[in-house]
Amino acid sequence: MAEMRQPIESGAPDPKPYMHPTMVKNYGKWVYHNHPKPGVLYHRAESGDEVWTVKAGTQRQMDGYTIRKLADIADQYAEGFVRFTTRSNIEYMVTDEKKVEPLIKALFDSGFPVGGTANSVSMIAHTQGFLHCDIPGTDASGAVKALMDDLYEEFIKCEMPNRVKLSTSCCEINCGGQADIAIIMQHTKPPKINHDLVANVCERPSVVARCPVAAIRPALVNGKPSLEVDEKKCICCGACYPPCPPMQINDPEHSKLAIWVGGKNSNARSRPTFHKLVASGLPNNAPRWPEVSEVVKKILGVYKADARPWERMADWIERIGWPGFFEKTGLPFTKYHIDDWKGHRHTLNASAHIRF
Amino acid sequence: MAKKMHDTPMLDQLESGPWPSFVTGLKRMAEKNDMAVDLLGQLETSYRNTKGYWKGGTVGVFGYGGGVIPRFTELKENGKPVYPDAAEFHTLRIQPPAGMHYTSKLLRDMSTLWEKYGSGLIAFHGQSGDIMFQGCTTANVQPAFDELNEMGFDMGGAGPALRTSMSCVGAARCEMSCYDEARALRTVINNNLDDMHRPALPYKFKFKFSGCPNDCVNAIQRSDMATIGTWRDNIQVNEKLAKEYLATHGMDKLMTDVVGLCPTKALSVKKIGEVSKAEGMSSVAVNDTHALQIENHNCVRCMHCLNVMPGALLPGKDRGVSIMIGGKGVLKIGATMGTMVIPFMKLESDEDYEKLNELARNVLDFFAENALEHERTGEMIDRIGLVNFLDGIGLEVNPNMILEPRTNPYFRGDDWDEEVAKWNERQAG
Repeated sequence: MAEMRQPIESGAPDPKPYMHPTMVKNYGKWVYHNHPKPGVLYHRAESGDEVWTVKAGTQRQMDGYTIRKLADIADQYAEGFVRFTTRSNIEYMVTDEKKVEPLIKALFDSGFPVGGTANSVSMIAHTQGFLHCDIPGTDASGAVKALMDDLYEEFIKCEMPNRVKLSTSCCEINCGGQADIAIIMQHTKPPKINHDLVANVCERPSVVARCPVAAIRPALVNGKPSLEVDEKKCICCGACYPPCPPMQINDPEHSKLAIWVGGKNSNARSRPTFHKLVASGLPNNAPRWPEVSEVVKKILGVYKADARPWERMADWIERIGWPGFFEKTGLPFTKYHIDDWKGHRHTLNASAHIRF
Repeated sequence: MAKKMHDTPMLDQLESGPWPSFVTGLKRMAEKNDMAVDLLGQLETSYRNTKGYWKGGTVGVFGYGGGVIPRFTELKENGKPVYPDAAEFHTLRIQPPAGMHYTSKLLRDMSTLWEKYGSGLIAFHGQSGDIMFQGCTTANVQPAFDELNEMGFDMGGAGPALRTSMSCVGAARCEMSCYDEARALRTVINNNLDDMHRPALPYKFKFKFSGCPNDCVNAIQRSDMATIGTWRDNIQVNEKLAKEYLATHGMDKLMTDVVGLCPTKALSVKKIGEVSKAEGMSSVAVNDTHALQIENHNCVRCMHCLNVMPGALLPGKDRGVSIMIGGKGVLKIGATMGTMVIPFMKLESDEDYEKLNELARNVLDFFAENALEHERTGEMIDRIGLVNFLDGIGLEVNPNMILEPRTNPYFRGDDWDEEVAKWNERQAG
């Protein structure tokens, strides 16, 4: 056998060789920004140097043609440098204002919508889904494509009260993360166990340990070591499924989609917040999940009309109250909205504060 | 010319509409790539049956224990893969340049490399910040990595390991930046690569770096140790830009959008002759008669007024970072945010960065020694209490760590006087 090559443990690369030279030159010395129009940011450095950034949406999962197209646009219409945001938008930096409009046109002409800045609905942070995940209840790229088609105008305009960040996740682990509106798989039935496989595939004690409600215990089934689930205790979270694939949690019919709102990563005004459950039971309806789009658009429509400038989703709901949110959006309020997890009493109204 | 395409009536419905379509991209790949043809076949089956068909396994590169996400198809008939050319479809997680900067050449080089060894499908980026080179046979994982590695790129994290990190655009293009985010990221990550490349921690550990409390990379919610830029002195002001803001937006907007939304009522509008000159008070004229006054000691560095009046208000000059520990996602106890453990530390000199590096190593070591299997740092703190964690790390208690003191009497305080003496000593020091 040929000698194996030792890896070079170089770690995270220095960004400077790949960074726009004006950004390298003024590194740490920026003093001003504004937002000339949707999809465009203007930054000025202490030195007086200026950079215009044009932001465009991508499909995140990119083929060679798409990547080369983005690179060609960088060379032809920008200055050869790009960066990506955490939400898979691409940013082109130019130092000549005259390059902005031709760059915008080139991006739109090539199918990349320019927008996603300031008070827009930005691209959805999302997961892998059917394309690459080993435990997905649904797809991510497809759900995101369908939803961004519907929210296209909100991406290329900036008409929301403040920025709106969305995420999707294909299971309750929520790899898509916290968001103003998050769409997350919600299982409704306990796992179906293939007892023939458990003993060979699963390390049973660690599966038992994963369960947040201690509903799993070792058992002998048909003479074979397996696991059993106390279905009265089970909260259908799916935590047992990754370490033990024979505990099939995904169900084409009974795995539903839930919608959560009011997550905010920024410290601006209020402290950061986690998103809260507002709707569930929506069908996992590939390839375009129209029922999900309908609820998301309804929430966004009410927020857009009712929130004041600079109010994020969480700020707006804090001001109008949760009864107001359910009333204005028309979403039903159920017993499942009332938390019963550890520490839940802090989420209950321990006051006489009521709005009429 | 690749083999014949499978019918994909469901995926075809994702080609219409204005947003860029990944299906159209996959089909372009499939014109010359059999793996993409069969990937589309399996994906269509997933859409049709609402079911995923990948399982994990063990695939890696020489010298490392992680970073490759193995995927083998489970969609088989009579033991044979239905879509054989996508039967192995592994992902390489590769760490991007900090801040995700690329030249057009680098994008082309990566694309060409991945068309040579893999499917050609690349995600910019995964949720932990990796460049995800998706779709590789087991045989091609090693040569693909070798070539990427020679280009200057290294494997990211997977499994119970230190994970690939993220930092915001920060100092490269943002006036809110309070430290060199890319340097902090590279200092902390690149000094702890053994924990990334040879997974041996109780569970995953994530560092994230945001240049200011706007926290654009979700460090507080999504990382075990968040480094958030902040400042100690007065907000810097620029009178010209403050006057421009007022001229454009008017006094009503200044009152409602800026003063009215300050969470600690640290802002007010005063007649210019009546502004306070006391220590910690600063002001900036917004027109010939009035000024915006800032009570800096009561400012919580939320960033709101700086966001609304960019350039007119800027972070102070005495900049540094806050450290928050224990952010994580849902499993197992529910999502938790990071807890403030260091309200302020400087991050300017080489020694400052070395201190951050030592802190990071210390936190990782404590996690490695004290967390249970599959327990995140936030869960460990939930179990042992913040004070035990602080003891282990060697940090002193500070009222910035809490929202409110305890409301129950359930503690044994034999050594109350000693703790008071410690506090007094630190205050005097």
